[in-house]
Amino acid sequence: MTDVTTKTENPEDFAFTAENMGAAKAVIAKYPDGWQASAVMPLLDIAQRQNGGHLTQAAMDHIARVLDMPNIRVYEVATFYTMYNHKPIGKHHVQVCTNLPCWLRGSDEIMETCHKFLGLDNHESSEDGIFTLTEVECLGACVNAPMMQVGDDYYEDLDADSTLAILSELKAGKTPKTGSQIRRVSCEPVTGLTSLEEQAELRKAKVGGD
Amino acid sequence: MVKITINGSEYEVEADLTILQACEQVGVEIPRFCFHERLSIAGNCRMCLVDMERSPKPVASCAMPVADGMVVNTNTAKVQKMRRGVMEFLLINHPLDCPICDQGGECDLQDQAMGYGIDHSRYAENKRAVKDKDFGPLIKTIMTRCIHCTRCVRFATEVAGVPELGAMGRGENTEIGTYVEHALTSELSGNMIDLCPVGALTSRPYAFAARPWELTKTESVDVLDAVGSNIRVDARGPEVLRILPRLNEDVNEEWISDKTRFACDGLRRQRLDRPYLRRDGKLQAASWNEALKAIAEAANGVASASMAAIAGDLADCESMLALKDLMTALGSANIDCRQDGAKLDTRVRSSYLFNTTIAGIEQADAVVLVGCNPRLEAPVLNARIRKRWVAGNFTVGVIGPEADLTYPTTLVGTSAKDLEVIAAGKGHFAKVLKNAEKAMIIVGQGALKGEDGAAVLNLARQAADKLGMIKPGWNGFNVLHTAAARVGGLDLGFVPGEGGLDVAGILAGAQSSTINMVYLLCADEIDTQALGDAFVIYQGHHGDAGAHRADVILPGAAYTEKNATYVNTEGRVQLGRRAIFPPGEAREDWTIIRALSAVLGQTLPYDDLKAVRAKLVEANPNFLNINQTTPAEWGSFGTEGAISDAPFASPVCNFYMTDPISRASETMAHCIETFGKDDERKTGTDG
Repeated sequence: MTDVTTKTENPEDFAFTAENMGAAKAVIAKYPDGWQASAVMPLLDIAQRQNGGHLTQAAMDHIARVLDMPNIRVYEVATFYTMYNHKPIGKHHVQVCTNLPCWLRGSDEIMETCHKFLGLDNHESSEDGIFTLTEVECLGACVNAPMMQVGDDYYEDLDADSTLAILSELKAGKTPKTGSQIRRVSCEPVTGLTSLEEQAELRKAKVGGD
Repeated sequence: MVKITINGSEYEVEADLTILQACEQVGVEIPRFCFHERLSIAGNCRMCLVDMERSPKPVASCAMPVADGMVVNTNTAKVQKMRRGVMEFLLINHPLDCPICDQGGECDLQDQAMGYGIDHSRYAENKRAVKDKDFGPLIKTIMTRCIHCTRCVRFATEVAGVPELGAMGRGENTEIGTYVEHALTSELSGNMIDLCPVGALTSRPYAFAARPWELTKTESVDVLDAVGSNIRVDARGPEVLRILPRLNEDVNEEWISDKTRFACDGLRRQRLDRPYLRRDGKLQAASWNEALKAIAEAANGVASASMAAIAGDLADCESMLALKDLMTALGSANIDCRQDGAKLDTRVRSSYLFNTTIAGIEQADAVVLVGCNPRLEAPVLNARIRKRWVAGNFTVGVIGPEADLTYPTTLVGTSAKDLEVIAAGKGHFAKVLKNAEKAMIIVGQGALKGEDGAAVLNLARQAADKLGMIKPGWNGFNVLHTAAARVGGLDLGFVPGEGGLDVAGILAGAQSSTINMVYLLCADEIDTQALGDAFVIYQGHHGDAGAHRADVILPGAAYTEKNATYVNTEGRVQLGRRAIFPPGEAREDWTIIRALSAVLGQTLPYDDLKAVRAKLVEANPNFLNINQTTPAEWGSFGTEGAISDAPFASPVCNFYMTDPISRASETMAHCIETFGKDDERKTGTDG
């Protein structure tokens, strides 16, 4: 849910760090002169990362200045996309997909596990600031459903146990294995290749996996 | 031209039209919510869907360009079903609160639901509710009613030039708003109320005041600035309840400023509804006979050279003519309509007109604004300049106050000295103007009312001559007035005659007791304290500065209460019409002067409006051309003289209160409360 009206002006100022400004300039350079506003989405992402996971009004205003566009146009984009957060989020943003393919493959169970283990409802953050749980729409990994995204990483082919294991490791400060949680390479059939077998080794080298 | 078949008939239409426009041209009605002629195409309401041959899906006719051989149907069962479907979706989340909605009776959604919707709802679930936004003292929001057509967003961004509104969120959670809550900072914001096809944005001052079918609608013109916006006055009984714009492509298109629209509550407050006489130092109610007799008595011992008359900003042409004729009959040449002391004279008509015309702005390539802030002085005209800027290849230079005019400007200078440089053809911006095919100069009253006004006018004329702004078919010299009465007054020659005194002279004379009798016709913006011991007659409609100083008050009619002629800054003669009667014993202004003339033994030779208007035409044949502008001959004007290097300032420092009507308006006071505090350009006490 987006916060569509805010009364409090964020007093804190925001400015890109030198490094992020460089990254922003590189993005802006991709677009023709006068069309710098096209860079708004990558810049919002850079700002969100710099800000520790969420956007503030100050950050959006800063981007509007950098891109020479009206503030409101930045607000519109930032409230439209669910990947931009407008409230502080935990260190690990757990986003569970519940759209049709994931749901058919048991996303209810994944969601339930998260609820129970984290003790959080949808859109809630834990008090220690480690976890935020969000139910999201399709993240485009239907082939390995059910799945969830934590931070920038996808965890696929989940069940209650693997979900629990991932969350426990995260809680313990470890880095769980990303990708498919069963013995699947990328998004190949679990039961082994049915075609192009002669290129299996080459593909393995490319996409990783064991 | 392309051939297109609409509902089985073949038509030839221009190739750059959309299907919706083509249908409109041939008289086929297509319902719509988001489409508006003066805004960009959004295509998001889907109400205009039509059936197009060889297209598998219905097409949004507002966004689909016509093409040769296109076959479009708008009256088939399929189209009917599509419209019903769209209507049903729009109504899913629209509250059923028409009985308590101010848009009721003039609501596009209501009308189109009647015409194209179904008679019942199949939706039993909860409707969504949206929190109302605070858009300031003029616009009331009930956002649950919003159907997300985004007309207001597009208006704010494109026409008003204040990109403050947007659509936040997405899908069912979409909300129109400013994100960070604040009042809209546009002088044209009221137009969003007209644009809103539903009751989401309604007029706050007019809330729950009346239903449209109860109102008497009178077509008139606005007098609160010099644009002469065409308006419709909606009244019920003795009260003007609201003012709406009327379409006039040459003047205001279909916009009016917030002052024009919302100051009408000032018409009900502080009105002079009966004559007053100052007895024992106090103003006391009197009868018309007593008041006129008192004037006759006071005039008895006064020499004609000691009499003077000043016409104010809201005076109509008929009353100015009558007053001028009366003063002439009494033998006084001390008359002036230039309250602000602008150094304009009547010798060359083009010297005081907006010669390019407002619609002509759209043909210009470059403009330099001298001592004016059109955003505050004439917001609707400023919207036209912005419209020209949006179209591209247009440069705006400013000599004078630098302000946010809603389009980018180049600061060329601040004072008359900088104008001198331009007039000499020097400097970068002079080149820009010279190279422009159609260049304009707009001189504001802020540049003309100083001591060096005539010299500034001279420089502006030189600049126009030298930089090629005057050519066959194009006159780029423009004076932007702020008073509705000014051009009319100048057209009638309401300026000092042979040996007569101007406003400054009259005030000085009153101080030194050489002027003993002053007639103020709606004149409130002069320094009334400077009238000394003179016997002051005030004729007007509001108890403002002039009335407070007066010895006799003659109650007149406000612009909504009389049939009167006004000339706007372009020199366009327009007729204001009576929507309601003046309150109490107040009378139409020219009749008061006519009555007084009889008491003074100088009976004026007209007894009805027709005769006065015939006299107007006699005084200046331009008054024949109602609603037209008459191109004025170019000539030599202004006088050489010393100029000062003091920076120009706009005469309007407080947009919301410039005249007795807006000063009496509660709504305008609320606006100042909201916008005046932290906004330097809108502080001050009067214009």
